[in-house]
Amino acid sequence: MASLPTPRGPVSEVLVSVLDGNFVEQLTAWPEPAGDDPADPVRVADDALSLWTLHELAYRGFTGVDERWEWHPDLLALRWRLEGELEQRLRKRMPATDRTGDVVADLLRIIADDDAPSLARHLQRHGSVEQAHDLLRQRSIYHLKEADPTSWVIPRLEGGRAKAALVEIQYDEYGAGDPARLHHDLFARGMEACGLSSEPNAYVDDAITEVLEQNNATSMFGLHRRLRGAALGHFAAFESTSSLPSRQLVQGFERLGLPVEVRAYYDEHVEADAVHEQVALRDICGALVEREPDLAEDVLLGAWTCLDLEARTATAMLKRWGVA
Amino acid sequence: MTGPQQPETRADIVMCPDGPMLVRGDVVVEDADGTQHRTTRPVSAVCRCGRTSRAPWCDGTHKLVTEARER
Ligand code: FES
Repeated sequence: MASLPTPRGPVSEVLVSVLDGNFVEQLTAWPEPAGDDPADPVRVADDALSLWTLHELAYRGFTGVDERWEWHPDLLALRWRLEGELEQRLRKRMPATDRTGDVVADLLRIIADDDAPSLARHLQRHGSVEQAHDLLRQRSIYHLKEADPTSWVIPRLEGGRAKAALVEIQYDEYGAGDPARLHHDLFARGMEACGLSSEPNAYVDDAITEVLEQNNATSMFGLHRRLRGAALGHFAAFESTSSLPSRQLVQGFERLGLPVEVRAYYDEHVEADAVHEQVALRDICGALVEREPDLAEDVLLGAWTCLDLEARTATAMLKRWGVA
Repeated sequence: MTGPQQPETRADIVMCPDGPMLVRGDVVVEDADGTQHRTTRPVSAVCRCGRTSRAPWCDGTHKLVTEARER
């Protein structure tokens, strides 16, 4: 199991020390957020790490941390504030554009209009081994629990095509019954072969704020029944923008002489995600909106957020590598 | 809301617009050279654009073809 992260501001400071201590029924109040400006980078980083830590209690937890904290009302109150602010920020970022009324066509347009910088393209031709390892460390926060945030959505769906199709894809993500093909375990073996740690969240202290936000948005969409549309829109955009970059990473990692295990992980995603994308767009999102038309706008919010957060992550990483 | 009276049916083979052919289940696909490939996942995508680097499976390259055409 993982250890608690290093705090990034006053709220995560108190949260980490609370989780590190004995379980108590009643907590004193949370500190004020760092700074009055919600866009202040210290506050954004502090809030992002705090929310990430709270969500993590619902996944694998932390070594030595009492498991009852997951549902502690005072922790849920903090989560309520952090998620509320995150959701508001994400909604504000989405530009108002015309909709065709056909959710699949609108999704395809959002995906086609995405012209963000690509980390895979950089690594395919130019990146160094250090940059590849840096990317793997950042991605490990999500890839070591790949598919899990989307699994929260399954019981929130009524029956029918969307549910059956989602489970069909998740079954593939979890190795279709074969533990050797479980995607997050494939990634763990890739990390180890590179001489990196495969312990969950070993690199959370290295994670840039954008990566924490990516994870937080995915978990929040998955954990709230109300946001099931956003969760599935996010899933469709994620799968639709994975096949080609995975192939570029395989080529880049080959060029850099990275071990076969880490190439195998991305190699698997070239074919898998070419399938998942088709099913996610039509059978999952299309069928969901047919049944629950009011969810259309949230489906698009999820898709747009997925691409927007990846764009922000890529921009930050390229800047960190001095190539932007 | 109640579910539909008739169960929704699902096709085993689906032609995706400007994309691959989805195939469900455990099947063997023979490529143009006569080599046989068995599916390894619950749903597989067979390339229809002829540009894939992973024949007979789709690797997403068809999207570059559609994008170029729309430009
Ligand atoms: S149909 Fe997808 S690569 Fe040919």
